[in-house]
Amino acid sequence: MKISIETVEHVANLARLYLSEEEKAEMAQTLSSILDYMDRLNELDTTDVPPTAHIVPIKNVFREDVVKESLPREEVLKNAPEKERGFFKVPRIIED
Amino acid sequence: MEFETVIGLEVHVELLTKSKVFCSCTTEFGGEVNTHCCPVCLGMPGVLPVLNKKAVEYAIKAALALNCEIPEFSKFDRKNYFYPDLPKAYQISQYDLPLARKGYIEIEVDGKPKRIGINRIHLEEDAGKLIHEEGKSYSLVDLNRTGVPLIEIVSEPDIRTPEEAWLYLNKLKTILQYIEVSDCKMEEGSLRCDTNISLRPKGSDKFGTKVELKNLGSFRAVRRSLEYEERRQREILEQGGVIVQETRRWDEARGITIPLRSKEEAHDYRYFPDPDLVPIVIDREWVEKLKSELPELPDAKKKRYMEEYGLPAYDAGVLTASKALANFFEECVSQYHDPKTVSNWVMSEMLGILNETGREVDEIPFKPEQLVKMLKMIDSGTISGKIAKEVFRDMFDTGKDPEAIVKEKGLTQISDEKELEKIAKKVIEENPKSVEDYKKGKEKALGFLVGQVMKETRGKANPQLVNKILKELLG
Ligand SMILES: [Zn+2]
Repeated sequence: MKISIETVEHVANLARLYLSEEEKAEMAQTLSSILDYMDRLNELDTTDVPPTAHIVPIKNVFREDVVKESLPREEVLKNAPEKERGFFKVPRIIED
Repeated sequence: MEFETVIGLEVHVELLTKSKVFCSCTTEFGGEVNTHCCPVCLGMPGVLPVLNKKAVEYAIKAALALNCEIPEFSKFDRKNYFYPDLPKAYQISQYDLPLARKGYIEIEVDGKPKRIGINRIHLEEDAGKLIHEEGKSYSLVDLNRTGVPLIEIVSEPDIRTPEEAWLYLNKLKTILQYIEVSDCKMEEGSLRCDTNISLRPKGSDKFGTKVELKNLGSFRAVRRSLEYEERRQREILEQGGVIVQETRRWDEARGITIPLRSKEEAHDYRYFPDPDLVPIVIDREWVEKLKSELPELPDAKKKRYMEEYGLPAYDAGVLTASKALANFFEECVSQYHDPKTVSNWVMSEMLGILNETGREVDEIPFKPEQLVKMLKMIDSGTISGKIAKEVFRDMFDTGKDPEAIVKEKGLTQISDEKELEKIAKKVIEENPKSVEDYKKGKEKALGFLVGQVMKETRGKANPQLVNKILKELLG
């Protein structure tokens, strides 16, 4: 399956990745060959194989509804490039 | 051309667990900014979310109360998008295998039951809160709500009027409050609603282009925005125009919807299974156990009130619309012989005062026993029904026992015949015109005279007795 440069740009944009023209070309080619391989796998008859969401055969891992202490706010904000009055400070999000 | 409106609702409800859905931070509302956070809900690299069992159970209970099917197998997926209120840049949600499917809510339209289908219910995590202060070039983020368990309830496009949407929401809220999985407070964001609406020529089975509505802060806003949008779309279609598929924002102050600047590619979420969370397998025993824990639901309660207590459908509907109110009523009825009398007092006096003062049932300062005591005082003739209303209001203001109020204010009904006779004579003397009228056969005049005696006694006279005495005196 041929992946176009536009598709690469679209996906890169969604993932906030900034690619050079060379990288885009390389990605288009690499992704195409991965999808080709998937197409080959699709040739297998999987009629009786249940879809796999997880590769480990574990289910129902729960915790009880018990509150434990959270982090002190200094810790919470420690990695924030900018903060104000206990909030994370981010570029303005325009809502309308 | 005649058009038919098609409405669908997506409702998000925060679950009442003590801790968040994938970590042990508290879900308590209104803490100091960014103090209910840990490495898991902050989305730090290398952390592992672990599912809160209670959140799953609450979601299943909600699904059962909404008549859904619970598949055996369910899993979590990542919904990928960038937004500052979402520290991981993905929301843990459920895509193709939600916890529940195919349910319904029954509402009443023009006195007839109508089922509104529920397409699916899934479990997910809430995002944080963004604050945009006016005139600032930046936004502020509080991540306390990040990771609070949410269920999303998606209706089928079965709703045909804004009124039905409003009824559906009220019923949904009542049911969820009954089963105590959410407090459904829109003002605190624990219930949120997005809607979509389209119009199509009546009789057509194809859907028209739909518009999504956001920023709906109350059930009233949901109804008003749908009414506005229904009108707007009809006008466009009647003039031969086309509806643009878009998201619009409700402007409460102006009472209109306006287009939200569309974020390009906003709906390309690239869902995939969350490798950090293993699937949930819900065996039937677990479902049965949760089902057995459900309380009597509003519809069943309403039916029982009609059958067991002989109440009219209207009374039964009002009394069961809130669990707190139904509980109060039932407490009274368990101690008093006549449910209809209790219902009358609760529906007119009690709800009247609550509406007037904007208070909730759980803020009533007296107990059901105290209302029952008051009813018994009316039955025994200690107070008249009219005085009882005064006593009742006092109970609301002070929380005092009715006996204490009656004693303090000297409101005991006068049933002493001699005393009443004296007052009746005085009234007769002072109102010769009415006496004459009565003797001429005007029954109304007697009512006036009774009223005068009541006035003289400041409402404390036993009205039946006054009636009898006056009739005797006037021959
Ligand atoms: Zn946490």
